[in-house]
Amino acid sequence: MSDQTHSHPTPGLYVVIVTVLFIGTAATWAIAFIDLGIWNPVVALTIAVIKAVLVILFFMHVFYSSKLTKITVAAGFFWLMIMITMSLSDYLTRTFLP
Amino acid sequence: MSTSQTTTTEHHPALAHQFDSMQQQQDASTFGMWVFLLTEIMMFGGLFTAYLIYRIKYYHAFVAGSTSISVSWGFANTLVLIGSSFTMAMAVWSAQTGRRKGQVWFLIGTMILGAAFLGVKAKEYYDKYDECHIPGHVIGKGFNTWGGCSSTDPKLGNIADEIREKNPSEPETSAVQTAKQTEIFFSFYFAMTGLHAFHMVIGLGLLTWLLLRAKRGEFGPSYYTPVELGGLYWHFVDIVWIFLFPLLYLISRHQHGA
Repeated sequence: MSDQTHSHPTPGLYVVIVTVLFIGTAATWAIAFIDLGIWNPVVALTIAVIKAVLVILFFMHVFYSSKLTKITVAAGFFWLMIMITMSLSDYLTRTFLP
Repeated sequence: MSTSQTTTTEHHPALAHQFDSMQQQQDASTFGMWVFLLTEIMMFGGLFTAYLIYRIKYYHAFVAGSTSISVSWGFANTLVLIGSSFTMAMAVWSAQTGRRKGQVWFLIGTMILGAAFLGVKAKEYYDKYDECHIPGHVIGKGFNTWGGCSSTDPKLGNIADEIREKNPSEPETSAVQTAKQTEIFFSFYFAMTGLHAFHMVIGLGLLTWLLLRAKRGEFGPSYYTPVELGGLYWHFVDIVWIFLFPLLYLISRHQHGA
């Protein structure tokens, strides 16, 4: 485990992050009413991922945490991506063969 | 036997005897909390995966179901929950820097915003109850999205009619079939937002416990692990909602308006 001296984020940084999160939410909502074809869900989910990463790194202090914590968090999302991509690669390709 | 911190019998009252130092104890606790959150990611992840598969399979029904829930309330609730994450982060910061009043007030603020979120959720659930959009036939008058839900207002909850209004060329049988298939969308809607709301209720319980301990002045710069871990849990629940909002409320909104 790390014994690095903990540097804490400041309230100023939290205000910046929450402002970006509010803007991201408003952007998701506004863009949903514009027709982007197949890109609507892509844009919405990209904004959601950016918001989630900001919450994880700063509100949840992962940016300031030990390597062990960082690897643990990364492993969790890696397994989530395995579950989603493997499941969808099955269900989305079932009709491909004659 | 460790020799680092054991030369004196004086140590922080919160230090458990199996740890060498407060820092080691906090690192271990944080690691344990994250491992728990990974199991949570996989639980919600299973629901998200199932949701994606059925959304692709029954896309038209998912669009019809999604447009029948209120995007304004969902949007407002997203802002409320992100605000509560901010106050939670400030509560953790107050504990880290030894601000007792700050901890108490920011925890109370987080609880008020969390309760507001659940209040809006209850209002949304009631609307769905009123429109006969609750899947199955146990709660209310039973699932009905093709007319006949309300004897006073025949338009109430009638998704089949809405589909035909937007696309008059669609045959009635096909519109009714799509309306019936929205039951699968509402099943996901209630399962996912319900599990999320259940986590919020548990979170409010945790915050009450933290508030009582913070009032007693138990947390300060040398020991704030419970507040930190409560914060991790609260932020995790916020992240789940950050994905639920676009996935449940914003399917193909541009075709249908608010």
